[in-house]
Amino acid sequence: MKVLKLQKRNLNSYLESLRVFGEIYGPVRKDEKYIYGQLDDLDKLDLRMLRTILPVKKFLVPPKFNTFSFEGYTYKPELEKIPRRVIFGVHPCEIHGLLILDKFFLERFPDPYYQERRKNTAILGLSCVPDEKCFAKSTGTHFVESGFDLAFNELQDFYLVWVGSSLGDDLVRLRLDLFEEDIKERDLHEYMKWRSWRDSQYKLKLDMTGMPDIMELNYNSPIWKKFGDKDLSCGACSMVCPTCPCYNVRDQLKPVGNSGERQRHWDSCMFKPFAVVAGGHNFRENRAERVKLWYTHKLKAFITEFGKPACVGCGRCIDTCPVDINIKTVVTALKGV
Amino acid sequence: MNNPFQPFPVTITNIIDETPTIKTFVLDLNGNQFSFDAGQFIELTIPGVGEAPFTPSSSPYDKNKLEMTIMKVGKVTSALFSLQVGATLGVRGPFGIRYPIELYEGKEIYIIGGGVGLAPLRSLFFALMENVKKYKRIYIRYGARTSQDIVYKQQIPIWKTWKGVDIQQSVDVGDNSWKGKVGVVTILLDDLIGNTKNMVGVVCGPPIMMKFATIKLLEKGFDGNNIYLSMEKNMSCGLGQCGHCRMGKYFVCKDGPVLTWEQVKDIEDPFL
Repeated sequence: MKVLKLQKRNLNSYLESLRVFGEIYGPVRKDEKYIYGQLDDLDKLDLRMLRTILPVKKFLVPPKFNTFSFEGYTYKPELEKIPRRVIFGVHPCEIHGLLILDKFFLERFPDPYYQERRKNTAILGLSCVPDEKCFAKSTGTHFVESGFDLAFNELQDFYLVWVGSSLGDDLVRLRLDLFEEDIKERDLHEYMKWRSWRDSQYKLKLDMTGMPDIMELNYNSPIWKKFGDKDLSCGACSMVCPTCPCYNVRDQLKPVGNSGERQRHWDSCMFKPFAVVAGGHNFRENRAERVKLWYTHKLKAFITEFGKPACVGCGRCIDTCPVDINIKTVVTALKGV
Repeated sequence: MNNPFQPFPVTITNIIDETPTIKTFVLDLNGNQFSFDAGQFIELTIPGVGEAPFTPSSSPYDKNKLEMTIMKVGKVTSALFSLQVGATLGVRGPFGIRYPIELYEGKEIYIIGGGVGLAPLRSLFFALMENVKKYKRIYIRYGARTSQDIVYKQQIPIWKTWKGVDIQQSVDVGDNSWKGKVGVVTILLDDLIGNTKNMVGVVCGPPIMMKFATIKLLEKGFDGNNIYLSMEKNMSCGLGQCGHCRMGKYFVCKDGPVLTWEQVKDIEDPFL
């Protein structure tokens, strides 16, 4: 993998040059929090961001989009309208989240909608320093080796920039004059020093080894009822989770005529009607069952199929759940420590 | 690339009234390339209304048409029941895995259906009949709520004359027109004897019926690996993505919809 150097003062000039590829998005402030917002003006870019409200998944699997437009029985796919975008400031855990979504949407049965968006979305990563809710070191998602086009590692005066794809290489070539190819020994030294310092900043540690076995042992544990009793079924944990892929589909008729759209929108297994079938039978009527399913997916089913948990340690569920049902409280309760 | 969400148009060429709430829709594939194996399901689009999963009830060897026996129970099926011959629907699929019928060779096979649950089993039955000599004997045990609720009323008497087949029926609630057995379908399994460890049980019906049929088969000595259960849920995408059919560690749509008792037995009440 090629590594280049970009002086911090040149960041905005470089990002500006990427507009030829597509619209530019990055962290911007929204009230007390941050979101990935469109950057018509690069001054809006706020690199103090640690955690956006919604993960970068919102660009790859939008909360609501049309899969088809239909006229009578003719369903025409809506693939050509997918815009080209550059997302800057994507942290390593989030890139790992994308790698997990890739498994869902590209490996088993390739989803053309996801594939097209992934192709049209340039992912520009950025290093970060954890807060007390981050535990990416525990999930092994604090570094990236793939899944991005460019990855910026912030040091004192410059970024070390990893080129992760041929698209990334093309993007660097747009302003090759801004980059330095000659990485000095002291740069490497500074990077290694930063790495050990950054790794020492993870205060929250959650050992997730052997989780499928621990889930199995807790199958009939009273903890599920305990969590279920306070669960609000709001689904916020699913919305903010970088790896939650569930969706629903509905046909929306226009008010007149027989044309309309087939829409796909985010859904959550925490919602009460999620497992309802025609006729009204609900296969997961109670909240404890739904909480258990959510964690069965993250900590057992996904590991069994793909060899790692569907959790990237981003801390969003810890930050978001109003009643403290999150990966930290659940894993801690499962282990009984 | 191939879009697995793209429905292709099919035309309704016949509608057969089975019961007051169940009809069989005969669909012409309009020359589209499509084939399925018994046990797999499809997604049926009613244009402008939506999509829902159904399992074909016709023979997988019949390449020109698809028959779907469907109960009117929700939004999509209600819209379907308002359509006439000539209407165009959308189909995509097939999805899921087939019955592993090669494992049934040389064995006695009990096909146990409840109500409209006989529909997907008919597809399996026809597939088995293609090579009926390979199987020791095929038993159909079919229960319906009342005699009015029996599907394939004209066909079952014909199947009873077929060689290698043994069919018994019951209704939960008897009436004057019904001369057969009265009681839930498991009463038809009461005198099941023989080398049950080596027999195959295939069950499809309402969750409560599947539960008691499974209990009965286990009591009779069937091996959990030889009990095949239709675990249908709301399989919206068919591709292991949307999550609605999640059951424990399985996606019913891609790991099923037919799963063995051995696969589901550790899930806390898999029928609820």
